[in-house]
Amino acid sequence: MGHFTEEDKATITSLWGKVNVEDAGGETLGRLLVVYPWTQRFFDSFGNLSSASAIMGNPKVKAHGKKVLTSLGGAIKHLDDLKGTFAQLSELHCDKLHVDPENFKLLGNVLVTVLAIHFGKEFTPEVQASWQKMVTAVASALSSRYH
Amino acid sequence: MVLSPADKTNVKEILGPWVKALPYAGDHIAEALERMFLSFPTTKTYFPHFDLSHGSAQVKGHGKKVAKALTNAVEHLDDMPNALSALSDLDLHAHKLRVDPVNFKLLSHCLLVTLAAHLPAEFTPAVHASLDKFLASVSTVLTSKYR
Repeated sequence: MGHFTEEDKATITSLWGKVNVEDAGGETLGRLLVVYPWTQRFFDSFGNLSSASAIMGNPKVKAHGKKVLTSLGGAIKHLDDLKGTFAQLSELHCDKLHVDPENFKLLGNVLVTVLAIHFGKEFTPEVQASWQKMVTAVASALSSRYH
Repeated sequence: MVLSPADKTNVKEILGPWVKALPYAGDHIAEALERMFLSFPTTKTYFPHFDLSHGSAQVKGHGKKVAKALTNAVEHLDDMPNALSALSDLDLHAHKLRVDPVNFKLLSHCLLVTLAAHLPAEFTPAVHASLDKFLASVSTVLTSKYR
């Protein structure tokens, strides 16, 4: 599992400080559902997901996206203990939500793409590398309690 | 997976500039390669003979090669297997390079991130989806002769 250097932590923290979690959350979850439509399987109760614009404009998608990214943002202060931080959520995703951990990888990469859209040149290869470590570590922590 | 007419339109539109100016495509691919080597260090194992530092002439040269093939695929969306086989890409990857299929996903992701960073306005959710499908199709064709 990834080890975060002090530089990684600084990079991740400083970029996150500039993210509008509400907008980015809706954008990230929305794009996940558009680009990988099978992920819609977890959201039957969300209403209209019939087109890209329906998905991106869906208020439940936006709200849930915000929830997910808020949780991710909270973990940034605990990069050295993501397993502990996400232990309960891991159990929840396994036992109650029955989410295949593959989905965490997909969401992580969509988030990286959304950050690239927002930050453009600032999202350099080095910055991306720190964030890839981040999303990989979060995905791993979220699947650590699966059984 | 099949590229719909809408997918083809999306791909041709956002990658149109590639077709018009190959050096532009080459620059994007070189950046995607740099991103991939930094974010996914295991991919470097295929290039022990390369200087992989920032701005490397070898990476730039390799970017041009890959760009030529990908741009060719864009111009032949209706007949990719034939287009890619014409460049001996299928035999090249199957018998000479033998790149493990997982790596095509990594380069594809980094290419999406590069395009997202440079073309945020064009990189809508629908275009994102079409591009992801296009790159996945190319990857499938390239590995189709593996065994």
